[in-house]
Amino acid sequence: MSSDAGKKLDRYLKENAAQARKEKKYGSARFRRWRGRAVSWVYLLPSLIGVGLFFVLPFGVVIYYSVVNNPVQHEFVGLRNFINTWGNNAFSLAARNTLLFSVVAVPLAVILSLWLAVIMESRIPLKSLFRTFFLSPMMVPIASVILVWQVLFDYNGLVNVILGRIGIDRIDWLKSDYAPIVIVLLFLWKNLGYNMILFMSGLSSVPKDQIEVARLESASETQIFWMIKLRYLSSTIMFVLIMSLINSFKVFREVYLLTGDYPYNSLYMMQHFMNNTFQSMDYQKLSSAAIIMALFMMVVIGILLIAEDRFGRDLEQ
Amino acid sequence: MGIFKKKKNEISAEQTNTEIEPKKTEPPKADPKETEVRGKKEKKEKESREKYREYDAISDRRKAEGRQAFRRTLVAVFFAFLFLMPTVLTFTNSFMTASEINANYGAIFAQNTSGGKVFVSEVVNLKFIPDMVTFSQYATVLFKSPEYLMKFWNSVIFVVPIVIFQLLVASLASFGFARYRGKVKQLIFFLYIVLMLMPYQVTLVPNFMVSSELGIIGTRWAIWLPGIFSPFAVYMLTKYMRRIPYSLYEAAAIDGAGEWQIFTQICMPICRGGLASIAILIFIDYWNMVEQPLILLDNEEMYPLSVFLSRINAGEISLAFAVAVIYMVLPMLFFLYGEEYLVEGILYQGGIKE
Repeated sequence: MSSDAGKKLDRYLKENAAQARKEKKYGSARFRRWRGRAVSWVYLLPSLIGVGLFFVLPFGVVIYYSVVNNPVQHEFVGLRNFINTWGNNAFSLAARNTLLFSVVAVPLAVILSLWLAVIMESRIPLKSLFRTFFLSPMMVPIASVILVWQVLFDYNGLVNVILGRIGIDRIDWLKSDYAPIVIVLLFLWKNLGYNMILFMSGLSSVPKDQIEVARLESASETQIFWMIKLRYLSSTIMFVLIMSLINSFKVFREVYLLTGDYPYNSLYMMQHFMNNTFQSMDYQKLSSAAIIMALFMMVVIGILLIAEDRFGRDLEQ
Repeated sequence: MGIFKKKKNEISAEQTNTEIEPKKTEPPKADPKETEVRGKKEKKEKESREKYREYDAISDRRKAEGRQAFRRTLVAVFFAFLFLMPTVLTFTNSFMTASEINANYGAIFAQNTSGGKVFVSEVVNLKFIPDMVTFSQYATVLFKSPEYLMKFWNSVIFVVPIVIFQLLVASLASFGFARYRGKVKQLIFFLYIVLMLMPYQVTLVPNFMVSSELGIIGTRWAIWLPGIFSPFAVYMLTKYMRRIPYSLYEAAAIDGAGEWQIFTQICMPICRGGLASIAILIFIDYWNMVEQPLILLDNEEMYPLSVFLSRINAGEISLAFAVAVIYMVLPMLFFLYGEEYLVEGILYQGGIKE
């Protein structure tokens, strides 16, 4: 008995000594935490400097340019530039078209890719092959995309040929009010694959036991989807929404290349406005437009953050 | 849950309605012993019937699932065809002769080609299989006009450093964000999200102004530096790293690992999948860039292949497909190597904030 207690004491002393040695070498736990905190800022530093220099500071310059009358005189004019830009016909047309596009295309991308993910989740053969196929639009160069879209939607294009066979008159798709549809299709085609992958990984993380229980209780697949899976997917939906929003601004590159500087009215996007203003070197108009757009984006992001907070809390309950 | 139960009750009610009455083969007997035996027998029969009904239900479900799987496979095939079509088209058309390509797509690009005597079909002719397989387009691109290879090389020079250094900067920064949290850091992270979501149309002007202030307009640095410090990878990687349980870091710290050791030996190996998937996304993004070079560079010799490809509609359509295939080689290799990472690596659940 006594030898046992001796051993215990021995071990205790040894551990204590080891702890003391460690503390001597690395500092106490508290000090270590404090130092870790300080060091973590050092890790952040390169990125902070870069982002500050190339993203934050320039934005300050833009704000400055938006409130002076011209780049030479630097006279403060208050909000006059904003009022001018806001009243500009080209700006309001571009803003309206861009907004309309985002409002239609982004939710559509979320819903369709979720649908595809659900389809891909079931037992279908050659699943990984299909997955690769769906991702393939990501690596197709813009030139091929534009070429194919022209082949399809040109006045002499394939869609019109097919429509002609059925007896419908040809439409010059890109120069008509149907043009936004063509662009939405292009956007969906480019982005559904990646969104679908995100949703598939989201679906695979829905707890299996809950689905099993629901099945045992004779819940239909639709019920399982709406009441279980969708709740667990809420954060993924949020993320896909964000990614789609980012990518919806990237599709304007294709629009621009597909249509040139001055497209049909229904296709005149923010990208066209910015590029044309940039070319005419009108810094006032350009920077005030950029700030209006940035403010709008901040509002959208704020709404998304609040919505995510709601959804997240909903899930925790 | 209540709805499920209700549904269950409905189903069981239906089943009892359609239940087949058991056949009574034996005439009833008064013997109590017999009755007991019969009772046991009936109980057994009932049990087995229930079992079979269960099996039936399962097999019905299986059948329904099978039908559904078939339908879904058809949908998947349909979409796969739509999604794959441009890739296949680009690939097969790159083996066509110049005259065949001109004949097929001349209807669209007629206004651009010079009015030489070429046969042009009146409407577009979408063809997947070339009349005659030829490598002449590739020969032209690879040997006769080295400027395409130069442009390819330009693309590589732009993209590879951006991918590597953006990941490097981002993994350091994300470790800083994920390891210790605080109010200030939360605010900065929110700022990063806002900056990341800013459309290129907004950042274009600031970018241009700062680059001209720094005197790097027209040099490769004007593309490299904003690319390297882009907040996108920081956001993605921070989301990924925050899934690593904090206790893992603590355990390492108690064992005497310094911050650098925790970063290189615990955090980075866990993040390998995330790093790979983010690398693919960055690569594709910058491989396809068009606006940045057009605005920030003035020397056309520095333009990457993507810029050239985006303007190809103006002429040279016969070469477009071969150049596009060469252009796709690197992304395709990336995909083949990293697709699993792209699929499995994005297993984090990403909300936008934490």
